[in-house]
Amino acid sequence: MLTWRNMHVTVRTVSGILNSFRVIRSRECMCAHGRIRTFTTGRILHNKFFKDLENQFNAARDKVADALPGSQWSPFEMNPNLPPERADIVIIGGGVIGWSIAYWLKKKERVRDGVKVIVVEKDPTYSQASTVLSAGGIRQQFSLTENIQLSLASADFMRNINEHLGVLNQEPVDLQFNHSGYLFVANESVAHIMEENYSTQRLAGAKVSLLSPVQLKEKFPWINTEDVALASYGLENEGWFDPWTLLNAFRQKAISMGVIQSIGEVTGFNCTLNRMDTVDGETVDVKRIKHVNVRMPNSREYQPVECAIVVNAAGAFSAKLVDMMGIGTGPKDTLSGMALPVEPRKRFIYVFNCPDGPGLDCPFLVDYSGIYFRREGLGGNYITGTSPEEDAEPDVSNLDVDHEFFQEKIWPSLAHRVPAFESLKVTSAWAGYYDYNTFDQNAILGIHPLAQNMFFATGFSGHGLQQSPAAGRAVAELILDGSYQTLDLNGLGFQRIMAKEPLLEKNIV
Amino acid sequence: MWNCLIVLVERAMFVLYGSRFAFRVNMAAPLVPLQRFCKLASLHVCGRRRLWSASVATPPSLYKRLLLALTQRFYDVEILLNWRSQLKSQALQKKNAYYHYTQEHYGDNVASAYFILNMHGSFRYAGQSEWFRSDSSGKFSWDFVNQKDSLLEEVDLGRTVINQMGLGNLVGNPLRTLSLRGCHEVDDWALARLHVFQDTLEELDISCCPHITIGGLAALRNLKGLRRLNVSSLPRLGSPGLVIIMLEEMLPLCQVTAKGYDLSLTQLGGN
Repeated sequence: MLTWRNMHVTVRTVSGILNSFRVIRSRECMCAHGRIRTFTTGRILHNKFFKDLENQFNAARDKVADALPGSQWSPFEMNPNLPPERADIVIIGGGVIGWSIAYWLKKKERVRDGVKVIVVEKDPTYSQASTVLSAGGIRQQFSLTENIQLSLASADFMRNINEHLGVLNQEPVDLQFNHSGYLFVANESVAHIMEENYSTQRLAGAKVSLLSPVQLKEKFPWINTEDVALASYGLENEGWFDPWTLLNAFRQKAISMGVIQSIGEVTGFNCTLNRMDTVDGETVDVKRIKHVNVRMPNSREYQPVECAIVVNAAGAFSAKLVDMMGIGTGPKDTLSGMALPVEPRKRFIYVFNCPDGPGLDCPFLVDYSGIYFRREGLGGNYITGTSPEEDAEPDVSNLDVDHEFFQEKIWPSLAHRVPAFESLKVTSAWAGYYDYNTFDQNAILGIHPLAQNMFFATGFSGHGLQQSPAAGRAVAELILDGSYQTLDLNGLGFQRIMAKEPLLEKNIV
Repeated sequence: MWNCLIVLVERAMFVLYGSRFAFRVNMAAPLVPLQRFCKLASLHVCGRRRLWSASVATPPSLYKRLLLALTQRFYDVEILLNWRSQLKSQALQKKNAYYHYTQEHYGDNVASAYFILNMHGSFRYAGQSEWFRSDSSGKFSWDFVNQKDSLLEEVDLGRTVINQMGLGNLVGNPLRTLSLRGCHEVDDWALARLHVFQDTLEELDISCCPHITIGGLAALRNLKGLRRLNVSSLPRLGSPGLVIIMLEEMLPLCQVTAKGYDLSLTQLGGN
C-alpha cells in the first residue's frame, strides 16, 4: 500500500519536473487546494530560488538608483528644512512685499537661475502678518505723485494678473476685485487740500472726479451731506480685492520660477565692518552683511546663510532687524544715530451687519474725520475702521481688539455720515499691524548708508498691499539694474531721512 | 497643424530623454499612436488662453493629461507650452491694440468704425438707420471712411475677441447701445472702463460673458443713464437672484433682464 502511494507521488514528481514552470505552479495550487502534500524538492525550490533572485535583483537596482547622482539620498543626516548654505539674495519677510520682490527678481534675471533667491518667513500661518489682515483696498487718491504712480502701476499689474502670475497647470488667479471706487468726503476746512490733490492725481493719470454736495446726494442718496463741502470719487482702478489670493499668486509663481522658501526666524547677522569718516568728521561704522543666521522654528538650530544682498521686507518688525545689525544706536542727529523710523501700530477692523445699508454701489468711503467703511459681500455686511489719535495708540504687544473703541470713536461718525448705520450690529472684529513710518508715513525704498547691502522695502504705513506689485518691481530694478527704470522713486529713499525733510502724505487713512 | 507639430516635438523629447529617466519615471505613459493624437489635437479648440482652465466638473481629456504629465517632467515641454500661450495672448493684444495710425490720419470716428469692422462687429451711425457690418469672410464696404463727422450710436460687438484694451478704441463716441454679448475676453476690468460712456449709454448687453463677476457689475454704478441692461447667463455669479435685486436697486431707472438662471427657492435644512 505504502509502496503504491510512494510510487504515485514519484510519478507526480517526475511529471512535475517534465512539465513547465506555470503548470507546476498551478498544479501546486491544485495540490494545495486538494490538500495533497507533495514531497517534491527539485523544481519548486528551484523556482523559489529564482523568484528570490528576482526580488534581490530589484532591491539591488533600487539601491543603485538611489545612490546615482540626482537622487535624494545622502550619507549624512541633515535637517531638510534648513535653508541652503549660500544664496545670492535673501529676502527677510514672506508677506506680499517680500514675495513680490522675489517674483520680480526672478522675472528680471536674464539667465535661467541667474540669481538664487531665498525668502525667509518666520510664521507660515501668517497669523500676525499685515498682508492678510488688511482691508484690501487700492486707491490712487494720494497727495504724493510717487504714491499715485505706485498704485496706478499696481492696478495695471492686477489688470493682467494672469499673464504675469498665471502658472501653466493651475487655475487662473481670481483676485475678486470689486471695482467700487473710493469716495473721500471733505468739509470746508480740508476742501482746498482735496482740490490740490485732485489736480496732482489727474496729472499723474488717475481717473478721479470731484463731486459737489448736490451731486453727491444724487449719486448716493444714503449719505448725509449736511457738512460736506467736496467729495472726490474714483472712477477706475480703485476698489478692493482679496489680499490672500494676491499673496498666494505671487508665492506660487515665484516658487515655480525657482525661489526657495525657508521657514525660520532671522536671529542675527555676521557683518564686516568698515570704520570710515564722514565729511562732517563723524566716525561711522559701515557694515556689510556676510551671513544671515536663520533659526528653525521651535529649535535652537540655525543656519548661517552666506549671501550677497539682503532685502528687509519684514513689515511691522523691520526695526528689529536693523537693531540686530547695531545700526541707529549712536547719538541722535548723527548718521550713526539714524535708525529705521518704522514701528508697528495696531489698527482695528470691525465687521458689522446693517440690513438697510447702502447696496452694490457702496464705495470705500473715507470720511474727513478719519473713519472708513466698505461693503463686504452681498449680505448687508460692512467693514470699518479708523486711525486712532497720535497719543491714544493702542498697545502693540498683542492683536487683541478693543471693542470700546468702536463704540466711542467709530459709531458716532459712522451714524452721522450714513443715517442708516444708526442701527447696526457688530458681528466680528480683528486687529492688524501697520508698518508705520513715524517720520512721514510713506514707504522707505533703498539702501541705508550704514548697511551697504541691505535693501529696505518697508514703512508703507497701511498701503503696502496696494503698492506691492510696483514696489516689488522697483526694488528688483534697484538690485539688478542699479537704478530705477520704470518709476522714479528716488524721493522715497533714505536721503529724505538723512536730510530730515519729510515727504508728507496728506491722505493717510 | 501647430498642435501636431507640438505633439511631434513632445513625442521626440520623450523618446530622447525617456531612457535617461527610466529609473525614476514609475508611471508608464500610455503610448497612444501619434496619428490619433494629431487628429485629437486638431479637434481641440484653440480659443482659450489657458490650457487647464476647464471647469472642475469635466475631467481633463487624455491629451491634456498627457501634456500635463510631460510638462511636469520636462522643462522643454513647459517652455514650449508657455510660448504657445504667450503667443496666443500676444495675438489677442495685437487685435485689440489702439488704432493710432487711423486715428491720426482719419480722426477718432473713422478709427472706431474701422476697429469695429475689423473685429467682425457692426455699428450704426446717429441719424442713419443703416448698419455697417462685415460679411462672413471678413470683407466690408469702405463707405465709413467718408463719414468722418458721423458719430457712432449703436455698436454690436457680440461674440468678438474684444477686451479691456480694445474698448480704448471706442472712447469718445456717444454710444447709446453697446452689445458685448458672448465675448470671452470681456472681464471686470473691461466693465470698469465703461464709465467713459456714463452720460450717453442707455442699453448694455453683457450676457453670456464667462469672465464677468459681481465685482465687475459693481462698476456699472457710474452708468446712471442706463435704461436696459441684460445680464443673462453669467456663469460666475454666485447668487444671481440677489445680484439682480441689488442691480435694480443700484440703477433704479434701468430695466434688468436676466434669463438663464435657476431662481427657484431652495429649502434650507432645519426648521
